[in-house]
Amino acid sequence: MMDTFKSGSRLEKVLRSGHFAFTGECGPPKGANVAHLKEKMAHLKDMVDAVNITDNQTAVVRMSSLAASAIMVGEGMEPNYQLVCRDRNRLAIMSDILGAYSLGIRNMLCLSGDHQKFGNFPEAKNVYDIDSMQLIAMVKKMRDEGRFINGEDIDVPPRLFIGAAANPFADPFEFRVHRLSAKINAGADFIQTQCIYNMDKFRKYMEMAVDMGLTENCYILAGITPLKSVRMAEYMAGQVPGMDVPVELIDRLKAAGKGNYAEEGIRIALEQIAEFREMKGVAGVHLMAIEWEHKVPEIAERAGMLPRPSL
Amino acid sequence: MIIADRKPLGEILEMIEPCNTLLILGCKGCVTVCNVGGQKEVEVLSSLLKIARKKEGKEIRIDEKAIERQCDPEYIDQVREMVGAYDAVMSIACGVGPQFLSEAYPKQKFFPGVNTTFMGGAVQHGVWEERCAGCGTCVIHFFDGMCPIARCSKSLLHGPCGGSDHGSCEINKDVVCIWDKIVRKKMENGRLSDLLEMKPFKDWRTARDGGPRRRIREDLT
Ligand code: SF4
Ligand code: SF4
Repeated sequence: MMDTFKSGSRLEKVLRSGHFAFTGECGPPKGANVAHLKEKMAHLKDMVDAVNITDNQTAVVRMSSLAASAIMVGEGMEPNYQLVCRDRNRLAIMSDILGAYSLGIRNMLCLSGDHQKFGNFPEAKNVYDIDSMQLIAMVKKMRDEGRFINGEDIDVPPRLFIGAAANPFADPFEFRVHRLSAKINAGADFIQTQCIYNMDKFRKYMEMAVDMGLTENCYILAGITPLKSVRMAEYMAGQVPGMDVPVELIDRLKAAGKGNYAEEGIRIALEQIAEFREMKGVAGVHLMAIEWEHKVPEIAERAGMLPRPSL
Repeated sequence: MIIADRKPLGEILEMIEPCNTLLILGCKGCVTVCNVGGQKEVEVLSSLLKIARKKEGKEIRIDEKAIERQCDPEYIDQVREMVGAYDAVMSIACGVGPQFLSEAYPKQKFFPGVNTTFMGGAVQHGVWEERCAGCGTCVIHFFDGMCPIARCSKSLLHGPCGGSDHGSCEINKDVVCIWDKIVRKKMENGRLSDLLEMKPFKDWRTARDGGPRRRIREDLT
C-alpha cells in the first residue's frame, strides 16, 4: 500500500521489505556535459537501488545536484539528491526541496557540506544559515506537517525519504553514536556512513548503535570506497580530516604489489560488504566508487548484490 | 576587544602615493592593546613610511598623533585644529575610526591603515583569537560558555561535523574545533543530554543579516 510509505521511493521500499540495500554515487560534471553525465549514470543502472548525486562535493563547483538528479529521474533511475548547507540559506533550501520533489526526486541526503576552503572557490562566503541537523528537521516538518519552518502551509508537501550522513571516525568517537541518535530523532529515515576502513572501530560503533536501539528506527547503510592505489590510501589517511585508514590496510595494499593495487582494493571492499551483510543493524551498503563508476557492475556482481530486487 | 592587523606596507604606500603631507592617527583603545594602532605603532609606521618614501626620492612630511578613542565624537573633536592641513589622514584605529573621522571632517581624505578582523582576546602574549561574531542573540550558555557561531568554521549549532579530527577543525590543523571542546566539556560534566536537544533555527535578524544595527537607549539619550 503506497500510502504507508513516507516517500514511496524505491530505496524506501527496498529497505522496508527487508532487503539489503545497495546504493551508489555519481558526481555531476564540471560543466554542462549531459552526455558524459548520462554515460556515468548508465554504469549504475540496475546495479544499485539509488544513486547519490553529490552537491558541489569538496566545495568544487559542478552542475547542480538538483539538475543532475532530475536528469537521472529522466533516465529511469533513482537519485538520492544531496544538499549541503554551505551554499544556500533557508529560503533557497526550502525552495530547492519543493523543486526536487516536483521533478520526481524522492530521496534526499541532508549534509552540512565540506568547508569551501577545500574547493576551487576558497574566497567564497559560507552561508550555514542552518546546519544538517536542522535541515533534517526542516524536511521532516515540510513532509509530515505540510508546513514550512515558519508554520505556513505548503500547497502539496514534498514526500521525501530523508537521509543523513554519519561519520563514525570523526572525533570525539564516544559522541558519534549520540550524534547519530540526534539525527534520527530529528527525522532521518536512513543514514549513509563515511567510508569505512577501520572495521574494528565500526564494529564498536554499530554495537553501540544497536544497544541504544537506534537501528530500530532508522536504516544504516555502511559506506565503502574501494582503494585504487597506495597513493590514494595514503592521501585518505593523511590528508582527509575525519578519515581513518589503518596502516595495516595500507600495508596489505602494498603487499599486493604494483599493478595489483586496484584488484586488492576491490577484494578488501568485497570482504567488507560480506561482513556488513551479517553485521547486526546494518541495512545496506553505500558504495562510493569515486570516478570509478564503470567498476560498479563488477563489484556488484562479485559482491553477490545482483540482481537488485524488483518491486 | 577588537583585533586588527596593520595593512601591508606596500598597500599603504600605494594609498598615500599622491600625498606629500600625512597625519597618522592612532587610537588608545583596543588597537593599542593588540599592539597595532597605538602611539607606538603610529611612530613605527611613520618612520617606515618616511624611509620608504625617501628611498623612492619622494620625501613626505608626516605628523603623528594618537587620541583616546576614535569611536567617540568627543575625542574625534580634539583633532579639529589638525585635520584639514594634510593631503590625507591615515587612521590606524579599527574600521570605526576612519568612518567617525570622515563623518566629522567631510572635506578631509582618510585612509584605513589597518584591516579590522575580529572580536576576541589574547590567549597568550602575541596570540589573539576570535570569540564573538556579534550575532546579537547570545547563546553560549547552551554550549558551556563557548560560542559555536564565531568559533566553528560552519557556525554549527549541532556539531561537531564529520571533519573534526583530533581536536582540530577540518579547515586547518591549527584551528581548534570548538565543537570538540564543547562535547568533551559536556561529557565530563555529565551534561551530554543538552546536546541531544534540537536547537531552534537561529534568528539572524539580530546579526548583521538584519541590516546595519543601531541601539537607542532611552535612559541615556
Ligand atoms: S552567540 Fe553571538 S553574541 Fe554570543 S558570543 Fe557568539 S556571536 Fe557573540
Ligand atoms: S571541524 Fe569542528 S569547528 Fe570545524 S567546522 Fe566541523 S564542527 Fe566546526
